[in-house]
Amino acid sequence: MKATRDAFGAALLELGKENPNVVALTADLGESVKTGEFARAFPQRFFQMGIAEANMTDVAAGMATCGKIPFATTFAMFGTGRAWESVRNTVGYPHLNVKIACTHSGLSVGEDGASHQMLEDVALMRVIPGMTVVVPCDYPSAFAATKAVAAWKGPVYLRLGRPAVKIVYEKECPFTIGKGNLLREGGDIAIVANGPLVAFALEAADELAKQGIKASVADFHTVKPLDTELLLALANKCKRIVTAEEHNVIGGLGGAVSEALAKLRPTPVRFVGTQDTFGESGKPADLWKKYGLDATGILKACKELL
Amino acid sequence: MLTMTTAETSTMSREIRLTDALQTDLKETARKLRVEVIKMLAKAGSGHPGGSLGMADIFASLYFGGWLRHDPKNPLWEGRDRLVLSNGHICPILYASLAARGYFPAEWMASLRQVDAHLQGHPAMHKTPGVELSTGSLGHGVCGAVGMALALRADGGDRRVYCLTGDGELQEGLPWEGFMSAAHYKLDNLTVIVDRNDAQIDGKTTDIMNIEPLGDKFRAWGFHTIAINGHDFSQIFAALNEAERTKGKPTCIVAITQMGKGVSYMEKEGYKWHGKTPNAELAAVALKELGA
Ligand SMILES: Cc1ncc(C[n+]2csc(CCOP(=O)(O)OP(=O)(O)O)c2C)c(N)n1
Repeated sequence: MKATRDAFGAALLELGKENPNVVALTADLGESVKTGEFARAFPQRFFQMGIAEANMTDVAAGMATCGKIPFATTFAMFGTGRAWESVRNTVGYPHLNVKIACTHSGLSVGEDGASHQMLEDVALMRVIPGMTVVVPCDYPSAFAATKAVAAWKGPVYLRLGRPAVKIVYEKECPFTIGKGNLLREGGDIAIVANGPLVAFALEAADELAKQGIKASVADFHTVKPLDTELLLALANKCKRIVTAEEHNVIGGLGGAVSEALAKLRPTPVRFVGTQDTFGESGKPADLWKKYGLDATGILKACKELL
Repeated sequence: MLTMTTAETSTMSREIRLTDALQTDLKETARKLRVEVIKMLAKAGSGHPGGSLGMADIFASLYFGGWLRHDPKNPLWEGRDRLVLSNGHICPILYASLAARGYFPAEWMASLRQVDAHLQGHPAMHKTPGVELSTGSLGHGVCGAVGMALALRADGGDRRVYCLTGDGELQEGLPWEGFMSAAHYKLDNLTVIVDRNDAQIDGKTTDIMNIEPLGDKFRAWGFHTIAINGHDFSQIFAALNEAERTKGKPTCIVAITQMGKGVSYMEKEGYKWHGKTPNAELAAVALKELGA
């Protein structure tokens, strides 16, 4: 069990050594978002911007015009919420090479409660033309994602989490932006997940297997551009799809999958995520359970389709 | 349960005198509120003690010194004054105050920050009686308070809005827009109180992103501006009275406070206690120092 935000911090430190153009900005959350190591190693390339996320985002855009690869870091709520219009107009519209890297996404922020639990960020970032949206599921994939995001040309939203989560990629971790990873193959139903829901999807598939139901499980770590090739293959083979994400069922991975399927191959879909509601304070595991964002919730959605 | 005394308030004259007896009461009230803050946070295992303790004397004054005209049995009473906690993370001190005033049972404090709790990690107006606006994302409360002051003034009467904000919070752009509009609309029914503890999450506010000269900024916006020691009741009362007397412009009280006030190790370590809760051992030390 390790947090994706820790992987981000470790990868950022490596990037600092590899590429002198990589710079990091933060908004009074340096230790929380794990830019501390980078800041200590490269003080000249680290910028504390205070509690001013919209300004931080525009400043990062300015740096990108000068050839830097800025990682603008804060909590998902503020980096994509407070700063949305900066991302849209000063990063997205000019298609600048800014990486919006945000931790503390989703319900698993935990005790801080609804004001800090960002469940709409994937939707907000996905609607911006030219934006790439990446949601890694565990430590190894978040590490690989951070490296891939730095190498990618153009604006990216990298969505990370606060708590330690189960490791999905124990051995190797293939990671190509825009390419989903098929983790398990079965022909009865496909579970398309990202973030912490990938581990729960595998658990749910185990449970289904006990009942004689063969499920495919795919990690769709990139919500945009969506891997429509893999999606179409899953739809053709399984004919039923369940999406699972730590996000509102509106506008996120479920939305992206439905939009694609409606055009490519209309397929029945069920959506695991928060059901158009705000979160609340509580321990991450308690909240995942209450809001159905766990293996039980995924199983229930699968049963609806089978 | 806490038992606390209230000052006599006259709705005719909004001059409140701090008698020696009231000052003694308020000191004791603030001490009890601090005790509740530590107990609540130690139980919850997460939350923000530093600012909560630092603002306890001001909360004691507002809720127990007769400043807020309100009715805990009728939280939505139309004639009430409003308190907006724009720095929502210090809600433990708000919850301790509301519980002591009888807005809800003291038992609620034991489930702070747990699933299904009435008391959320940041104030939620639909879950907790006495919370006037849901806050937690910094900056919004200031602007919401301006809206309340405008609406209450338009409806007539002398209802006042008190808006509390952190000094780190003032690095955001939103409060600047709010202050500009408060001055533009000459909102003399708005009192802003800044928790000027020179502390935020990553360090001292002065080092992270300097906001000085703060008094000059407020004066430039068009505020009547007063700097006080936020732990000195006579200065708190003098400033609140001065805000009442000030006509034609909003008032800003820059309250110089100490993060973690009342608990020696927190006072010493300052910003490190912004959002970290004491473990059982340190909580016991804190409670002992607070005379619990
Ligand atoms: C818009 C926004 N950005 C970031 C945060 C995260 N955050 C919570 S409290 C805090 C520091 C606040 O500092 P200050 O206002 O000085 O409060 P104090 O530390 O004195 O309690 C930050 C950055 C937030 N709640 N809202």
